[in-house]
Amino acid sequence: MLPSIIIYGLVNSVILALIAMGFSLTFGISGVANFAYGGFYIFSGFLVWMLLNYLKFPFILAIIVTIGVVGLLGFVTYWVILLRVRGIPLSEVIATFALGVGILELFRWMGFVTYEFTLPYLKKGMIMIVGVPLDYQRLFIIGIGLALVLFLYFFTHYTRIGLAFRGIAQNERTAISLGIKSDRTAALSLAFGSAMASVAAIVILPLGIISINIGYEVLLVAVAVGIVGGLESVPGILVASLILGYAQIITGTYYKPEWMMVVYLAAIVLVLAIKPSGLFGKFKELEERV
Amino acid sequence: MKFRKERLDRGIKARCEDIFALSSYREILYLMFPRVVPVLILLILPLLQGVIGLYWEKVLMITCVIALLALSWDLMAAVGLISLGQALFFGSGAYITGFLNYTFKLPPILTIPLGTLGGALFSTLLLLPVMRLRGVYFAIVTLTMPLLLARFIETTKILGGTEGMSALSSLPNIWVELYVPVFALLICLFGFRRLINEDYGLVLQGIRDNDRAVMSGAINIYWFKAQAVFIAGIAGAFAGAFMTHYYRFVGMPAFAMDYSILPLTAAVLGGVGTFAGPTIGAFILIPLSELLRAVGTLRVVFYSVILIICVVGLPEGIFHYIRRKYHQFERMVDVG
Amino acid sequence: MEEDKTFLKVEEINKNFGGVAAIVRVSFSLDKGELLGIIGPNGSGKTTLVNLLTGFVKPDSGTVIYQGRNITGKMPYKIAEVGIARTFQMVKPFYQLSAFKNLIIPLYSSRVKKLRGGKYGDRDDVAIDLLEDVGFERDSFVPYKIASSLPHGYLKRLELARCLALRPDLLILDELFSGMSMSEVASTLPIIEKLNGEGLTIIMVEHRLKELFRIAHRVIALNFGAKIADGPPREMMENEAVKAAYLGSEEED
Repeated sequence: MLPSIIIYGLVNSVILALIAMGFSLTFGISGVANFAYGGFYIFSGFLVWMLLNYLKFPFILAIIVTIGVVGLLGFVTYWVILLRVRGIPLSEVIATFALGVGILELFRWMGFVTYEFTLPYLKKGMIMIVGVPLDYQRLFIIGIGLALVLFLYFFTHYTRIGLAFRGIAQNERTAISLGIKSDRTAALSLAFGSAMASVAAIVILPLGIISINIGYEVLLVAVAVGIVGGLESVPGILVASLILGYAQIITGTYYKPEWMMVVYLAAIVLVLAIKPSGLFGKFKELEERV
Repeated sequence: MKFRKERLDRGIKARCEDIFALSSYREILYLMFPRVVPVLILLILPLLQGVIGLYWEKVLMITCVIALLALSWDLMAAVGLISLGQALFFGSGAYITGFLNYTFKLPPILTIPLGTLGGALFSTLLLLPVMRLRGVYFAIVTLTMPLLLARFIETTKILGGTEGMSALSSLPNIWVELYVPVFALLICLFGFRRLINEDYGLVLQGIRDNDRAVMSGAINIYWFKAQAVFIAGIAGAFAGAFMTHYYRFVGMPAFAMDYSILPLTAAVLGGVGTFAGPTIGAFILIPLSELLRAVGTLRVVFYSVILIICVVGLPEGIFHYIRRKYHQFERMVDVG
Repeated sequence: MEEDKTFLKVEEINKNFGGVAAIVRVSFSLDKGELLGIIGPNGSGKTTLVNLLTGFVKPDSGTVIYQGRNITGKMPYKIAEVGIARTFQMVKPFYQLSAFKNLIIPLYSSRVKKLRGGKYGDRDDVAIDLLEDVGFERDSFVPYKIASSLPHGYLKRLELARCLALRPDLLILDELFSGMSMSEVASTLPIIEKLNGEGLTIIMVEHRLKELFRIAHRVIALNFGAKIADGPPREMMENEAVKAAYLGSEEED
């Protein structure tokens, strides 16, 4: 039992981290709201599906095209929608949220709701680890997830663009005076975050069917992980994902599987009551409390 | 010949700025007209069943309900709390009312007020830990609350679980069905407007604009935020409580995204902060969406598009535009 | 334990901001009716100290005892409720409201209600009176003008009025004179002197040393978050450490 929990807990945690990362990159790290995140996630899934089934693309090509298209979509979203409301955080939230809902409900209206909508595994088969069966897809998830976390950390701390992302969140004026093109950086951040959403979607969605409600849940997960771990902190995302991921698996195994969702609510309320800026969150504290 | 657009107050408005407005019928009418006429229209509409048809009377009722939710949204926005989950209030009121009726067989005349108070109290308590957060984070959490509560009910199977509670008592007659929401709407509309214009409202808006300064004025901003949420919750929970008895059913759909998005769209469309704006927004949006009923869930896409357009392109909302037109006139002036 | 009659006692306050020591082991005390000045070059932690005293920032360690009560780290509104009012360096009034309406909010607080015996006089009149006390011309339109249209000097005085609305026992002014013209300072200084003369205990953080030294009873100097001097104004002017701290940073006048 225990090895199974450890391994599947890890898988679950990495899934949460994968989902949360793109959102945190845009909102937590760069300060640009992207509540269309859930919409982009599901859109990626359906786009891959359509490329595979309608245009008969090879899998790899479908993946690359989708990531590119969704990244571009994020970029364009900034210029068309966010540009005008930049700096009014609430309008940003409302506008992008509306976009996400629009995308999701559009797919629902178009009828993308039946069981045929699934994405293929990257590679079929499984291996045994310490007596626990683990399919390759989940192995991939762990690998890609952890790699992305590392990548995100180094990217935001050591590359010029990554540092620019952080710069515009902390102090836009200073960033501009240092030569960082604030709007273009923000648009890039939105693009990157959306692209990460599609990567997450491509690896995770094959585990089940592409259900529209997942779009809303994804937003919920991203928010929960962000709040618990601290929206702007990459280590925070990892730790929060581990906590929530394991908490979910444990409640699912020993309690009832349906209670897993309740873990999110409990975690959010708990963290907000005790340390609102999240476990690893720092400078947001002053602004949030007072 | 160069022209410049000039905006001037109408002569009569300038005369109405003071108490002397009461000295002549013309000025009184000018002030009363935009207030009294809509109220009269609202009061008369339910009587016109024969002309408009029962279907549209029902639409009127739903419009009032959504307008109530929009008003409650606007009050929270006035204190700086932007909610993406008004459905929380609606669902709480709905479920408490349904529960009281289903389990204890209490009549609607009791369950609706109790559901209203209970729903408002429950929602306020739930949002209490979140009120310390900056606007954006508050918004995010409100978004998740209805979803989480719906999930909670689904998994724990309490309060009817996925089936909900049905065969609840109905409302006595069509007049109650129509006039109760109308009156509730009017009370909230004028009540909230009054509240905002009093000193209490100044404190609330102060919290929105500069909570640091308000706090150093020895005012417990969290207590005031809680009060505002509770009052807003009364309006929202009432909407839910009422609809439970109209539908004679309460279930997970009480926490549906619609009840969060519609009031939000109505408020943004109509003009945030004015209370009359969200009401107007609701009266435009709901009938319009009924006309689009044929297209099914595409309606939500429609709302999203409107929301985006309004937020990005017309941030002040329709009400401000109308009010400007009423009070001012524009003309082109030759500046050579 | 003998009862401490000191009006305000700050002991070993420390505050670290992510590795930067903003305030290091600062201690001082204040008697009732004193006018204490706080000086120091930019970045020495003056405003942080004010924030620590008024609850906007929680200290890492140390205590603040006010009239015998421990107010360390309490919420700002609680601290305001016991009678400590402060101005903000970055003046941010309620821009869309008129000047006197800006004062309604502190007048709405329970502290003011309590002080006036629970009954409420007309708030608008009280507000106009307060504005007159800080130098707004009563019979003009100035008190009724929208805050966003008032010049900076008036806004600073509005800040002062906002504090006075609370009927404070301790007034903390954070660089009240910054951005004021010479004549505005000259007309505001006597108001502060008068308030102090009437018994109001005042702490003034200031860069304009000339004016401060004229009215302060005692001055504390900070540098890099630590207290480097504590004494009457004329001592400050001779103090080597203080002079060294200011050398290299421009004195703003």
